[in-house]
Amino acid sequence: MKLFGAITRRVAMAAMLAVGLVAATGASAGEKIKVAGIYTLPVEQQWIGRIHKALNAANERGDIEYVYSENVANTDYERVMREYAEQGVQLIVGEVFGLERAARKVAADYPETAFLMGSSFEPQAPNFSVFDNWIHEPSYLSGMVAGAATESNMIGMVGGYAIPEVNRLMNAFMAGAHEVNPDVKFLVSFIDSWYDPPKAKESAFAMMDKGADIMYAERFGVSDAAVERGAKAIGNVIDTSGDYPGTIMASALWHMEATIDHAIGQVAGGTYSAEDYGQYSYMAYGGGSLVVDEALVPADVLAKVKEREAEILDGSFTVKVNDEPPVSSN
Amino acid sequence: MIDILHILISESFWIASLRIATPLIFGVLGALLCEKSGVLNLGIEGIFVAGAMAGWIAVWLGAGLWGGVLVAAGAGAFFGLIHAILTVPLGLSQHVSGLGVTMFATSVSYFIYRTALPDTTSPPRIEPFQALDIPILSDLPFIGPVLFQQTAMTMLALIMVGVVWYVLDRTALGVAIKAVGDNPDSVDAQGLSVYGLRIGTIMAGSALMALGGAFLTMSAFSSFFFGMVNGRGWICIALVIFASWRPGKALLGALLFGAFDAFQVRLQTEVGAFVPGQVFLMAPYILSIFALVIAARRADYPRALLTPWFKGQR
Repeated sequence: MKLFGAITRRVAMAAMLAVGLVAATGASAGEKIKVAGIYTLPVEQQWIGRIHKALNAANERGDIEYVYSENVANTDYERVMREYAEQGVQLIVGEVFGLERAARKVAADYPETAFLMGSSFEPQAPNFSVFDNWIHEPSYLSGMVAGAATESNMIGMVGGYAIPEVNRLMNAFMAGAHEVNPDVKFLVSFIDSWYDPPKAKESAFAMMDKGADIMYAERFGVSDAAVERGAKAIGNVIDTSGDYPGTIMASALWHMEATIDHAIGQVAGGTYSAEDYGQYSYMAYGGGSLVVDEALVPADVLAKVKEREAEILDGSFTVKVNDEPPVSSN
Repeated sequence: MIDILHILISESFWIASLRIATPLIFGVLGALLCEKSGVLNLGIEGIFVAGAMAGWIAVWLGAGLWGGVLVAAGAGAFFGLIHAILTVPLGLSQHVSGLGVTMFATSVSYFIYRTALPDTTSPPRIEPFQALDIPILSDLPFIGPVLFQQTAMTMLALIMVGVVWYVLDRTALGVAIKAVGDNPDSVDAQGLSVYGLRIGTIMAGSALMALGGAFLTMSAFSSFFFGMVNGRGWICIALVIFASWRPGKALLGALLFGAFDAFQVRLQTEVGAFVPGQVFLMAPYILSIFALVIAARRADYPRALLTPWFKGQR
């Protein structure tokens, strides 16, 4: 297996280097920026894990001083935000999907603190920026892999909650599968939990009983079910192919490094402002990438996917953004 | 309609129903035992988490699968003991103590998990219980796969239904447990220890609850995630009333709930395009409430449930 798309990596490295330069010139006498992460789930959770990883990397580089609070309830989130802001933390990173309005009020109370939050809504001047996992591009590519691979023409998809950031990736995946296989049908269900692997597993079993031979593994548990039934799976956000060798055909990965490094550079330079950081999760910024198990994907499919990937990177192909809840095809 | 019938007669549906029901069978038996002795145990949700964590981490540390089952049961008995001390000799509010145990057990489990695995991106996996596949029995048409292609823990759950029924209905100990939940004074007059009986029963019941949690991490899945118990404990509290404190009916209730859940999972992909998914997700709960409304009218509560008893007071 290899992370394909050398351009992606090069772009990512260039972006990091550029940010590094900004940080070096901006931060006076190598002062570390104080960063706090606030997460509503443990750092094992895929989505949060990516943010945690990028911040840890910056911490190890010596750019920032990183502390975090995990498993903070939405109802308690505002208090934790205020506590870190009062302590003089310069940049607070987290997720406010469950308290969009309240979090913006907190940000308004601490204009000196930079907030970079996962959010479904707009940034708020002067200090509240938003990001999200905009990896619909690699999701589309992973859909192409799945569409070409299915023999039963049926793909099963188990999601957490039908919220825009989940729907968007599922829809892009479905569009990608449709491109290479117009006959493909989808089974879609949601388990209304981020973290219930036994339940996700049951949903996946039900879909495979119905004939699905490729599973879109949005949640933990789906790949396990695929392994037990000898089906294949497509990963999302993180690369779990090491845990399920021979099962994960491809994964759409999210990289938070570009987003985090841009924010750190802005804070260090004293130029932090309210921005939508969504674009930094795009493939062109190295925020998203596709990883393929080349032993499981035929060469002609791989060539097609790579061609599409190049077109996405040079801007000649745009993956449509669709936030509507996906439904099973009947 | 054809589709729905097709779901109901498929083997895989009934296999899934029993699998989903397994943690509930353990939980509802545990809750039933506690309540039979007169003490409501709302620590169940936290004890599920403790069992899930303790069993899994024991296996991960090399205790073996059955060693993990024992550790989980021990963890459950420990939290049961805390609840028992607070509610039996001290006679504190069973609701408050139970909820406290739930919060305590949940947090302690998470604390131990995080201390053991401070920097993990995904929790380590264990080799979980595999489907039994008993020769001859597993090959029986329909019954074979549904009953005998389950894991050993599902078998254990079904066996425990029989054990709890036998102990409660056929032994002197069972008579004493039921008496202590109905009329502790009569037990005291017999020279038996009300405290001892209640504490022991709560510990045994809590150990059973913990096995429900352990099933999630050691059989249904292969690693521990925070929050994965996801309300299964609370469902058991409702199922006890549905079961009218009878082990056989407890099994039926758990199976019914498992079947509802397995059914909604399948129905979601059938008609998900026309009906919002949330309707299916709430269906098992709504159906359970309906079942409760009907069953609870004739519920035969242990007479001394929720009533603390103090030695020497009449």
